[in-house]
Amino acid sequence: MSLPVLKATDFASDQDVRWCPGCGDYSILAQMKKVLPNVGVPREKIVFISGIGCSSRFPYYMNTYGMHSIHGRAPGFATGLKSTRPDLMVWVITGDGDSLSIGGNHFIHAIRRNLDINIVLFNNRIYGLTKGQYSPTSAEGQITKSTPMGSIDHPLSPLSIALAAEATFVARSMDAHVKHLGDMLMAASQHKGTSLVEVYQNCNVFNDGAMAYAQEKKQRPNNIIELEHGKPMIFGENRDKGIRLTGNHLEVVDTADVPADDLLIHDAHNPDPSIQMMLARMRYPVMPEPFGILRQVDGVATYNDQINDQVTTAKREKGEGDLNTLFHSGDTWKVA
Amino acid sequence: MTASQPGPLANNVSGTEVSDNAAKSVRSVTGITVRLAGDSGDGMQLLGTQLTNTSALAGNDVATFPDFPAEIRAPRGTRAGVSGFQLQFASEEIFTPGDTLDALVVMNPAALVTNLGDLRKGGILIANEDGFNDKEFKLAKVESDPLESDIINQSYRLVKVPMTKLTRAAVEEHGLSAKNADRCKNFFAMGLVYWLFGRSLEPTLRFIQEKFYKKPDVVAANEAALRAGWAYGETTEAFGESYAVEAAELQPGTYRNIMGNQALAWGLIAASKISGKDLFYGTYPITPASDILHELTKHKNFGVRTFQAEDEIAAICATIGAAFGGEMAVTASSGPGIALKGEAMGLGVMMEMPMIVINVQRGGPSTGLPTKTEQSDLLQAMFGRNGEAPMPVLAPRSPADCFDMAIEAWRIAAETMTPVMLLSDGYIANGSEPWKIPEMDSLPKITIQHPPATSGEEPFLPYERNENLSRPWAVPGTDGLMHRIGGLEKEDRTGNVSYDPDNHQHMVQTRAEKVARIADRIPEQDVLGETSGDVLVVSWGGTYGACHTAVSRARMDGHDVSHAHLRYLNPMPRNIGTLLKSFRKVIVPELNAGQLRMLLRSEFLVDCIGINKIKGKPFTVGELDDAIRSHAAPARKSKAG
Repeated sequence: MSLPVLKATDFASDQDVRWCPGCGDYSILAQMKKVLPNVGVPREKIVFISGIGCSSRFPYYMNTYGMHSIHGRAPGFATGLKSTRPDLMVWVITGDGDSLSIGGNHFIHAIRRNLDINIVLFNNRIYGLTKGQYSPTSAEGQITKSTPMGSIDHPLSPLSIALAAEATFVARSMDAHVKHLGDMLMAASQHKGTSLVEVYQNCNVFNDGAMAYAQEKKQRPNNIIELEHGKPMIFGENRDKGIRLTGNHLEVVDTADVPADDLLIHDAHNPDPSIQMMLARMRYPVMPEPFGILRQVDGVATYNDQINDQVTTAKREKGEGDLNTLFHSGDTWKVA
Repeated sequence: MTASQPGPLANNVSGTEVSDNAAKSVRSVTGITVRLAGDSGDGMQLLGTQLTNTSALAGNDVATFPDFPAEIRAPRGTRAGVSGFQLQFASEEIFTPGDTLDALVVMNPAALVTNLGDLRKGGILIANEDGFNDKEFKLAKVESDPLESDIINQSYRLVKVPMTKLTRAAVEEHGLSAKNADRCKNFFAMGLVYWLFGRSLEPTLRFIQEKFYKKPDVVAANEAALRAGWAYGETTEAFGESYAVEAAELQPGTYRNIMGNQALAWGLIAASKISGKDLFYGTYPITPASDILHELTKHKNFGVRTFQAEDEIAAICATIGAAFGGEMAVTASSGPGIALKGEAMGLGVMMEMPMIVINVQRGGPSTGLPTKTEQSDLLQAMFGRNGEAPMPVLAPRSPADCFDMAIEAWRIAAETMTPVMLLSDGYIANGSEPWKIPEMDSLPKITIQHPPATSGEEPFLPYERNENLSRPWAVPGTDGLMHRIGGLEKEDRTGNVSYDPDNHQHMVQTRAEKVARIADRIPEQDVLGETSGDVLVVSWGGTYGACHTAVSRARMDGHDVSHAHLRYLNPMPRNIGTLLKSFRKVIVPELNAGQLRMLLRSEFLVDCIGINKIKGKPFTVGELDDAIRSHAAPARKSKAG
């Protein structure tokens, strides 16, 4: 199929972008516009669906089809759309409050059904649009407008939740690392099944620097680990640290002290999510946080394929439905 | 539909003897109202359904009222566990399952004490004698055997039948366990009832064979029990006579019996076909709406996709998603689920997206009475959303009418680009009646046009409107029409987000006007009787049959009473205001505290008198009859309706 060559600017809508200056969302928007000309899908076949929150204004800024829906429910809209229109590429744009608080239910069910959609979760660990209350991913003890004595909620990890729901594609990236972010969006777009990309995104108004340990160039090498399938897990400014599986837990080791063979080799394709779940649970400051593709398992049936296959099968087995036959099935009688 | 006659009056069993069969005579009557009642495990619903189908196949008009507990299996033998099925079958056109019972079949003491009050004096009471013992008395909380009481023996024609014992004997040779043998006793009861009312065994024999074809011993045993029941009626001295109900004179055509939820499902499928759309149905199970899902999911070969969502909200959101994609999209629930769907409905209104939201109402508020009927979600349907969010509201009046109103709901939704609310109720959903199978060609086509692809040089205007004030339904995948919609207020024509105050007022008023203009495309309100006079009865939804019958009777007796039954509640037919002002009194019977009455009063400034019943039960004709007459002027000379 030959497609017209599109540029990032072709994906920009005529609407003014109204995020706060300096917001991490701009970077995600820019990467999305950059990636889409290369995903192999015409612009009119792409749909962005969002919930409510700063991130969820995203569809207005894309020159594709789009729907800005209601709080937390974007996966529901995506389910109906993708089930009836499997020819469309559907992106769900959501935030940590949107998808994990009010929309937690829909988030796990879209994932467990393996609907062929791409979920991009902007995680800034705060409620931005409602001006600064703590979110489900906010750190314990965080002081916010609604938690003057510190949050007493334990934070949720989107990656752990996705893995628990048997997600087939789980990745993490960040706004500040644009090339990596672009790569993750591209990989997600190519995955058949639900893909989740969690993006660490800085809210410079209400939660500035909450993830500086991962986002700032200086701190990043020691606090995160970039995963690559089939490669040993090594990180650190001087690539002098690694991850080793010891017994049933992961530990950080100095590469100088342990043989290379002892380091954990990242297996994103392993259908068993156990070790991927251990990776998802690595948290700063105790462990480096994983970035990249934690899990990528192919060949799992998608909900949209299956719901449509059942229709095809029913038509093959029973014949195309005929109203006359249906109405006259069973007991009928005639009145002359 | 005409109904100049009062309902069938088996109460006045005064027909002529039409044959003399051995020692037994057959009495011809115009109609019978019978209720079958037993423990919720006794198979009373199956028995009732079979008797209904058989009576319909015999050409009778039928109307049914199943009534069962909310618990799947309430404790056996207790009053809470009684399951009942009421049926009227008649040689005349009828509109209700009947008021007082001509015959009552009870399988145990609990069924007797909870149902006897509805049996007319002199009516037939058939009791499974084996179900009346000390243990059962205790469970039913009765002191002694009610079958021995003088009152019962003097007031009713009591026939005690040892059904369990006789069933065991009848099925003995088929080698079933005692438990399985006892389960055949509903077929014994059926056979006896069939004999009493001159019904053919054939349809039920066919049913038994189809239903249990994998278990030949069960087929044989059930057949034996059914025949034994019939033979018992024929041979025993207990019955002096049996009854014959001739075929009713219905309009010519081919008929079948249909339940409300089934008719809704078939209407939706038909609507999808005549509009050239596939059907997407997103729902979450809830009583009494679930059977729509069960029915639809059998028909995937019609291009039906059913989605059982994780909750009510996901169900309607998926429905909106499917509508955005360009398919015919439907969601259904009952009151509590509709409450959850409220926010998404508002989004549907704002996005001006065509879809159907079905509410099969039940007793409320909250969980309320899940298996009992009520009409108390009308105001929820009208106003149960934040902001100014008007939605068209339609209500079928009977089980068969569900078919037509499903199609009508989709026609309005697609023509108007709006979500449409369809208000059914538990009484309609589970009730059944004969349905004249429509000629395919008679179903009006629904023409839907999506704007075609463009070069994209001219900006696409997703909120530009046509003569119905409807915006274009541009579907994803169409080149040149890329646009974004959502719940933030939209600028007129462009659909861009807008906070402009004047634009907001304009859009709110336009959305309202769009719904109001539907009144130009629906029929004017029809009336049974004169269009002006003394009393107008205004009803809606499932109370149609009882109101129609009661008004017909009052008219027969010379009262100046007319009846208007609303199937379109928002907008109402254009002539409704004039109609209301043309009568001395307006009476509004509803199974709620006065919701339609409130709407009529506020909209038309006409006082209305409510007849309000909130008992989880439908109106009886009798209670409406009394209420209407109490408001009507003294009867003039008798006239036909």
